[in-house]
Amino acid sequence: MRSRLPVVLVLPAVVGLAFLLVPLAGLLIKAPWATLPAQLFSQEVGQALQLSLICASLATIVCLVLGVPLAWLLARSDLPGRGVLRALVTVPLVLPPVVGGVALLLVLGRRGVVGQYLDQWFGISLPFTTAGVVLAEAFVAMPFLVISVEGALRAADPRFEEAAATLGASRWLTFRRVTLPSVMPGVVAGTVLCWARALGEFGATITFAGNFPGKTTTMPLAVYLALETDPDAAIVLSIVLLLVSVAVLAGLRDKWISGPS
Amino acid sequence: MRRVLALVLVLAGCGTTQPSTSGGEITVFAAASLTESFQQLGEEFEAANPGTKVSFNFAGSSALAQQLNQGAPADVFASAAPANMKQVTDTGTITATPTTFAKNTLQIAVPKGNPGKITGLADFAKGDLKIALCAEQVPCGAAAKKVFAAAKITPSPDTLEQDVKAVLTKVSLGEVDAALVYRTDVQAAGDKVEGEDFAEASSAVNDYPIAPLAKAPNAATAKAFVDYVLSEKGKKVLAAAGFTAP
Repeated sequence: MRSRLPVVLVLPAVVGLAFLLVPLAGLLIKAPWATLPAQLFSQEVGQALQLSLICASLATIVCLVLGVPLAWLLARSDLPGRGVLRALVTVPLVLPPVVGGVALLLVLGRRGVVGQYLDQWFGISLPFTTAGVVLAEAFVAMPFLVISVEGALRAADPRFEEAAATLGASRWLTFRRVTLPSVMPGVVAGTVLCWARALGEFGATITFAGNFPGKTTTMPLAVYLALETDPDAAIVLSIVLLLVSVAVLAGLRDKWISGPS
Repeated sequence: MRRVLALVLVLAGCGTTQPSTSGGEITVFAAASLTESFQQLGEEFEAANPGTKVSFNFAGSSALAQQLNQGAPADVFASAAPANMKQVTDTGTITATPTTFAKNTLQIAVPKGNPGKITGLADFAKGDLKIALCAEQVPCGAAAKKVFAAAKITPSPDTLEQDVKAVLTKVSLGEVDAALVYRTDVQAAGDKVEGEDFAEASSAVNDYPIAPLAKAPNAATAKAFVDYVLSEKGKKVLAAAGFTAP
């Protein structure tokens, strides 16, 4: 028989849950439900929602392609100064997103360190484009993926990899067939965090990519601007974004993390 | 358990506001575009009235109006648009009649050296130039819309920014060739941004209203500060920042 749950854990847990859920309840209580259907099917909301989902998903793919190898490098290689690198990877987490956006402008903007050559040589200008939105979201969201995958890698038992190596597997084969499957829960958790962060991204996006309907206006930007004139509409937009993200995350969870437990 | 309770109580304590006991302290909610001039006015007011202390909360007028309507403690509200002042008088948060203390007009802002060779409002219709405007939902965007309608020009903006400061960031970094912002914003932006006057600006003159709050914790000092802003000295500071007199 299991012993009673310790109050010293349960009480703060309940307070913590309430702290996270009460603001959400506030949104739901204050929502002008009557206008919800009209808002939901308006062209602008559809456009912003579609753009948000596409950009967040593309940003997550960028993060996966670059972030998983980066996490592996941080966890498994004997690179000098790994501790410093690991700290630097978290910079986008502590940086106010607006500052992140300005930093991206300084590097990739039309007059930026790298951006001026992209513009001159290839005619590529990233600010004010949908690609710019993806980039800004990936910049802010990638640390979430890297940190969870790296944590999983460091917790995984390296002896399986060593065993694979003694059996003659190359490092790439070992990574694909042994390492990656063993840290899959960490990768999935990181991907979910990364996607959620990208979906809600506001500061870096509006600073780097600007705001133009159909091109760079994602849901968080639409919510912010609606708040200027029509707080009710802003609440509705927030709920739409919330419902869609919860639905997607719950769906993914059932599909990917439902293993035996 | 007891320790946890104590922590909860401490956290709960953070949320309550202490009633102000010192007589001369006031909080002024002012539009972001007033940051420089009101900080100076605050210092002058404190110097002229020993024992007083003026604290500011600068933000977009609509955000301030919402904070006030939600019961944020403040003594004076200075808005960048009559519409946002109306949001506050409509709810009775302000019962006094607001007074217009300054006017602001739009100016074309270009990066230093004017790389896009902008000469007038007509250039805003050129698709190959990068143009930033304020979103229609914020005052500078609403004013820009009025100006373009009066000039019968259809602008082709690349971005509709959430506030004036965001627009100016893009101008000073050279990411856009031209933007439409208030004259005072160009003046505050420093030497990386140049301003150009244009004839159609007179079709959108923005009034800045000010009023004390109905439930101002310190009504006497609040009124004194409003009077100071409206005085000759106040007008001088505002004129130096690029505002025109009402």
